[in-house]
Amino acid sequence: MTAPPIRTQLLDRLWTFQRRSGYIRDADVKACADWLNISTVEVEGVVSFYHFFHRQPAGALTIYLDNSIVAEHAGLQAVQAAFERATGAKIGGVDPSGRFGLFHTPCIGLSDQQPAALINFVPFTRIRPEQVDRLVLELKRGASPTGLADPVAPNIQYVPPEGKSVFFREYTAGKALARAATLGAEGIIEELKTAELSGRGGAFYPTGLKWNACRQQAATPKYVICNADEGEPGTFKDRALLQVCPQTVLEGMIIAGLAIGAAEGVVYLRAEYTWLLPQLEAAIRDFRTRGLLGKNAGDIAGFDFDIRIQLGAGAYVCGEETALLESMEGKRGEPRTRWFFPVERGFLQQPTLINNVETFAAAAHILDMGAAAYCERGIPGSPGVKLISVSGDCGKPGVYEIEWGMPVAELLERCEAKDPYFMQVSGPSGECLSMAEKDRRISMLDVLGTKDVRCGGSFMVFNQSRDLLRILLNFSAFFKHESCGVCTPCRAGNFILQRQLEKLDRGLGREADLQAIRDWGAIMKAASRCGLGKTAPNTPIMAMEKFHADFAARLHKTADDLNRAFDLKRAEAEYEKYKTSGHA
Amino acid sequence: MPEMVTITIDGREIQAAAGRNLVEIARENGIFIPSLCYYPHLEQPLGTCRVCTCQINGKTGVACTEKIREGLAVEVNTPALNDLRKAVLEMMFAEGNHFCPACEKSGNCDLQHMGYELGLAVTRFPHLFEDRIIDFTPSRMVLEHNRCIKCRRCVEEILTDEGKRVFYYVNRGNETLVGIDNEQEARLSEQQALNAMHICPTGAILVRGKNLSKPFGDRTFDMKSVQTPKLEPEQPFTAKAQREKKVIATVSLAGCFGCHMSMLDVDTGLLDLVEFVEIHRSPLTDFKSFGKRCHLGLIEGGCCNSENVETLRAFREHCDILVAIGECAIWGGLPAMRNTIPLGECLEEAYLSAPAQTGVVPYHEDLPKILDKVYGCHEVVQIDYYIPGCPPSSSHIWKVVENLLWGAKHSVLYSEFKYD
Repeated sequence: MTAPPIRTQLLDRLWTFQRRSGYIRDADVKACADWLNISTVEVEGVVSFYHFFHRQPAGALTIYLDNSIVAEHAGLQAVQAAFERATGAKIGGVDPSGRFGLFHTPCIGLSDQQPAALINFVPFTRIRPEQVDRLVLELKRGASPTGLADPVAPNIQYVPPEGKSVFFREYTAGKALARAATLGAEGIIEELKTAELSGRGGAFYPTGLKWNACRQQAATPKYVICNADEGEPGTFKDRALLQVCPQTVLEGMIIAGLAIGAAEGVVYLRAEYTWLLPQLEAAIRDFRTRGLLGKNAGDIAGFDFDIRIQLGAGAYVCGEETALLESMEGKRGEPRTRWFFPVERGFLQQPTLINNVETFAAAAHILDMGAAAYCERGIPGSPGVKLISVSGDCGKPGVYEIEWGMPVAELLERCEAKDPYFMQVSGPSGECLSMAEKDRRISMLDVLGTKDVRCGGSFMVFNQSRDLLRILLNFSAFFKHESCGVCTPCRAGNFILQRQLEKLDRGLGREADLQAIRDWGAIMKAASRCGLGKTAPNTPIMAMEKFHADFAARLHKTADDLNRAFDLKRAEAEYEKYKTSGHA
Repeated sequence: MPEMVTITIDGREIQAAAGRNLVEIARENGIFIPSLCYYPHLEQPLGTCRVCTCQINGKTGVACTEKIREGLAVEVNTPALNDLRKAVLEMMFAEGNHFCPACEKSGNCDLQHMGYELGLAVTRFPHLFEDRIIDFTPSRMVLEHNRCIKCRRCVEEILTDEGKRVFYYVNRGNETLVGIDNEQEARLSEQQALNAMHICPTGAILVRGKNLSKPFGDRTFDMKSVQTPKLEPEQPFTAKAQREKKVIATVSLAGCFGCHMSMLDVDTGLLDLVEFVEIHRSPLTDFKSFGKRCHLGLIEGGCCNSENVETLRAFREHCDILVAIGECAIWGGLPAMRNTIPLGECLEEAYLSAPAQTGVVPYHEDLPKILDKVYGCHEVVQIDYYIPGCPPSSSHIWKVVENLLWGAKHSVLYSEFKYD
């Protein structure tokens, strides 16, 4: 087998520089360009795409505050103020001594334990403002972040009763693979089809079909990629799986390798989960020792399979599978055009199978317990279980393993939701629910067909005290920042939509401005290149429909020919500063 | 020989070679699909600008990344799709800072050309006025980021003899821009550098000393549309006897009076006009206030100070129909070049740090107050119609006026519809 091009190592190399100096120096960019024999602007382009790579010093201790909406509601502002005071750094910069860097970052996968932060990529959870002084003092004294942080609780709040848990059932490494080996490739795929397993990243594409499509490709080598770039705000179910039972994920990947005829697996792990890296690596080493990875993996003659980990560097869009492939190839994480599907030409233009963490874990369990047993859970048409990350205004945020078919009301009750009003399902790119829909079931059945709620994993609960427009503005800022910037409707559209929401927030909008959001959103949905731009306007449009009264209350009421969004006093304010300085 | 297959575009059956590009095939068959990033030379289509969005086998998608295959059914010209493509184009104008009258590429610009072809008079979106730099650091080129639409042509096409890229995307999200590698740029031959300027669909890449183009009227996109014009039958003037005399008002706000000059440019037509039009409040009559209600108000210029706002509001109050004439009235135009820079910086540069500084920023209760930015008229009051141009041609202005006042039907010709 020929070695992959060295460009695939670019992200790793950049991480080395980033960690060594706290930022990537001009000389480092030059060194990378010389090493790859490419122009420096091409390296700059890659560096500037990922928000954890800095081109200016970012502090010996770099603090990232999660600025997701759940963090905002949990008291981000007070925590941020405390950090600014204690470190002397203003948000978005470093303190004068250069020791501390303080930055915002989108959801770090700890929505159940907010306010949360990463300090040199070590997670700190449930931070209280009054703790911050002491924490910073310890850091100044030279304590390592690792020593100061409490371990992250997996926070698994609920599993189906009567031993019906799938993901957290008793598991012996290698059993599923052994059974898979006896079934053979076709048998494995049949099992997945029987279990009706579909993509758990939120797209719900039938897993059996995908594996089969990749299996049928003649070209080799083939790759198995685990998408652990869990970036959708409010989602942290994959974090729990990787923390509690990474072996099941690895075993699912090995089975996939066996089914499609691949020799290499890669876990693309988001940089926010760097803290999970040691135990994931330990699990891989352990699998190698047990012979589940490596030559004749699982004692299957002629089946050589190994797994490595590729660390991301901060870009939500890399969760999109073709953007992830670009990123793995050492490029900017821009989604590809759909000339080819990844199963035809994916990583390095070779057939590639990409599945979510939960999908691989589910596949391993299905092969272990048998599809028939798995199907004893859930509802007809949507058998099995699903992991849901619950956060927001509820007493018991955390991971819920639910049987498909659980009504929204039951989940709200189990998580002890307080006065729920607005639920955001599958993150900002998903859909919002009002309490009028509490009896809808959560399943993977088609939303329009059955009125069930499809949930990719994130379930955020907001009560009536929360400002709906603030929530939408938070989502909007997120999309504007996380768009890859390649296509016009997403790059410009998200910015324009944000301006429009700001207008409503200032109380200067009219009914026509609401219609503009609908129309402009429809343009983004129709013309954007990938799912990011196509789904970004979903929530504002749905929210206007389901919570129209909240919007109507914020509209400007006068009807005349003047445009009320224009505020003369506001427009003059800047000039008024010269009142005293001028010759009055 | 490539296999010939049958596809349909807007219901019309077309024979074409399998595997070829849809945009090309449509053009060869006289069907215009707008495009910007598409560049025939590039093997892998870019699919970045999205202005060629069509309905393809029932799904919305871009034509440029579509290969001809048997049974392909494409819809191009439906009202919804035409509006969608126009909207995507409007987004580019709203996102960048496109000052056509001040642009070297004007008349030879693909973006402007698409605006003409799609009849874009005003964008439905707020102009974002982000501060974008102009990069003068390369030895031979100037990179005008205000005009870049991030189409990626230069990124893919311009390579040094060693195969290294000269351009590449940097940053992400709304901050994405096309970066240039000065070291590699210096290695390009004269011919390669000129090629970069030519393949840029806007005026974002300029080569110093090489950007003077043909005179107005002789430029690539000045006079002739690539589409077959769909002209309405002309019904020039209602019989003069039946024409009721109408009252109009005109004003120049933050403008240069160029639009007024254009209005007067109608030559002998002026004699016809004064017979049927009473010009009330206007710089042409020097009436400074409204004494009666007007049928029509023609506004030149946007709002840069509080007096402009007051005047515009008075026009709205006293006129049945308001027409914004010219780029400045429509979205701010040339005075809006200051919109990307904070007002304080502008004032301090003009009054405090410039060589002939006065040492003080003028402020007096009798002076109009300068606004934080220049506003297009529709941002302040409701505007009913827009006539683009800098200035719009005289015939364009009066065709619109005749239509609005007496219902005369005119076609605005491609050659009359201009942004500069």
